[in-house]
Amino acid sequence: MSRFPAFESRLVPLAIDNIDTDQIIPARFLKTISKTGLGDQLFYDWRYDAAGNPKPEFILNQPRARGVQVLLAGDNFGCGSSREHAPWALVEYGFRAVISTSFADIFTQNALKNSLVPVVAPPEAHAALLEAVTRDETATVRIDVARQTLTMPDGAAVGFPIDTFARHCLLEGVDELGYILQHAEAIAAYEGRRPGPVNTLGG
Amino acid sequence: MQPPRTIVEKIWDAHAVADDAPAPTLLYVDLHLVHEVTSPQAFAGLRARGLRVRRPDLTIATTDHSTPTTPRSLPILDPVAATQVEQLEANCREFGIPCYGFQSDRQGIVHVIGPEQGLTLPGMTVVCGDSHTSTHGAFGALAFGIGTSQVEHVLATQCLLQRKSKAFEVRVDGQLRPGVSAKDIILAIIARIGIGGGTGCVFEYAGSAIRALSMEERMTVCNMSIEGGARAGLIAPDDTTYQYLCGRPFAPRGADWDAAVERWSRLPTDDGMVYDRRMTLDASELEPMITFGNNPGMGIPVTGTVPDPAQVADALERETLAKALRYMDLEPGKPLLGHPVNVVFIGSCTNSRISDLRSAARVLQGRRVSPDLRVLVVPGSQQIKRQAEAEGLDRIFKDAGADWREAGCSMCIAMNGDQLAPGEYSVSTSNRNFEGRQGKGGRTFLASPLTAAASAITGVVTDVRSLL
Repeated sequence: MSRFPAFESRLVPLAIDNIDTDQIIPARFLKTISKTGLGDQLFYDWRYDAAGNPKPEFILNQPRARGVQVLLAGDNFGCGSSREHAPWALVEYGFRAVISTSFADIFTQNALKNSLVPVVAPPEAHAALLEAVTRDETATVRIDVARQTLTMPDGAAVGFPIDTFARHCLLEGVDELGYILQHAEAIAAYEGRRPGPVNTLGG
Repeated sequence: MQPPRTIVEKIWDAHAVADDAPAPTLLYVDLHLVHEVTSPQAFAGLRARGLRVRRPDLTIATTDHSTPTTPRSLPILDPVAATQVEQLEANCREFGIPCYGFQSDRQGIVHVIGPEQGLTLPGMTVVCGDSHTSTHGAFGALAFGIGTSQVEHVLATQCLLQRKSKAFEVRVDGQLRPGVSAKDIILAIIARIGIGGGTGCVFEYAGSAIRALSMEERMTVCNMSIEGGARAGLIAPDDTTYQYLCGRPFAPRGADWDAAVERWSRLPTDDGMVYDRRMTLDASELEPMITFGNNPGMGIPVTGTVPDPAQVADALERETLAKALRYMDLEPGKPLLGHPVNVVFIGSCTNSRISDLRSAARVLQGRRVSPDLRVLVVPGSQQIKRQAEAEGLDRIFKDAGADWREAGCSMCIAMNGDQLAPGEYSVSTSNRNFEGRQGKGGRTFLASPLTAAASAITGVVTDVRSLL
């Protein structure tokens, strides 16, 4: 039984390129020492006005966003800072996948470690999705990590790449740290061959 | 005969602990830098599993992001920030990690203190829960930012699961003209390739203009590799590198030093290497650069004009540019020169080292900053602060009317109370001009310390060459 079964969802479009992690979760919310509570702060400065009231024109504040699990964003999503608070916030809010034409490298790694799927769609499919969701806000996609397919609202399936190991971890619920810890012997052998180049305790 | 390898491949091969395809390579980490913002959840993870830190002797912590730059005799007023700083110090005590804490005379921005202490060495793998870890690539180290899950992995195992990146050669030849600096080189590179241009790649900077840079200038270039989408960027070590490192507190000594230099000299990329991607830039054609928009790729020569969204073919790109100009309240086709500024920030892991402070001081010496302008000068570390004070730079800044502060990230990330008010404009030597990066509603023009200092005097965006 897959730990990450295929799912269907409507889309929240945010048709802007280069959405950086400072927009996803502004830095002032990074003073927390916890992973929780960030969902309410997701896209905070786009979502709320100076008085903290929701901006009605921002899509997450509209009824159409309720219960939606897939964000449709512009190119190079998640660029900038390495803060894992970005996927924590997206996941706590309720997103399980983001569709874009590309993702920043560190964001991709952070997202996959939190079971948030970065779906890289070909430009034509991405444009078609944006058009579909503009025409009909109930347009639905299906995301299947096992088959690596994104099923478009018209039923056509588009393949998307995902790191083999990350996919395995998602589907089988593999704990990555647990996996690395199984290599304790190899790590110790490496350390035996190659002592550390510095000793930070020796200052 | 072995096929030619890049410096990155040589470092990679020397750090591969296991290669169990289809799993990524298990890569050993030589130096793990830790700060208060991206580590508390990782330490909590260790605690929950009953794990220890595997190699506290390859780990070092400092407090920088949430850290006030007001006098150290004052308490941290923000209770949330105070908790975070205290938590870092407590975690380090519990897990046996050396920590240059809030009151330490070695405290500073994590990417400043690593090199300053001689902890960052050629051929190393260096990671930190911070995207500007690419800074350490200046020493010929493979250095990159990681998320908090990976911080936990490294604390527990000193290893990371990683895939190789593509090799992207960035060659910069020619001689920089007066008033043009390392910051302008990297802003020009990013303006050319775009903020996502290096995604999936590691930059290897090469060419005569890069070789001519000092270590501090090389750090400025490598620092902003991430702003071009590359997770890491590095420069092969040479005599400039060795001269900088020799005698630093943690650098090898005596026979160990000679052996290390011998090893390091084999690191540079072999002849005949074919890179996955390449770009070239002529340094002699560069002007001082400045950004106008909301990502570091939106840069122009300081004498240039704001681009017009109407000229952009792609609809999404057009809207992205239009949105940036609305946020920045700038008109297409207009110059940035002469645009009023409210704040000048000189600091950050990009430009807070002693040479940055010296070049800003050279411009400010004997002059006054514009009335009503707030100027923050924030040294990258306590050591730099003391050195600047020994050289009298603090007097130059104070006499000019600038605010001379304690070390930290400060207004680069605006987590510590140093921030722009909504609508304010800054000329900033930091690395990001994202919306709200320097304070909600704040507007950032990224530039070099020279341009920042020149703009501080006039109160408007200024071409430093008019003051040299």
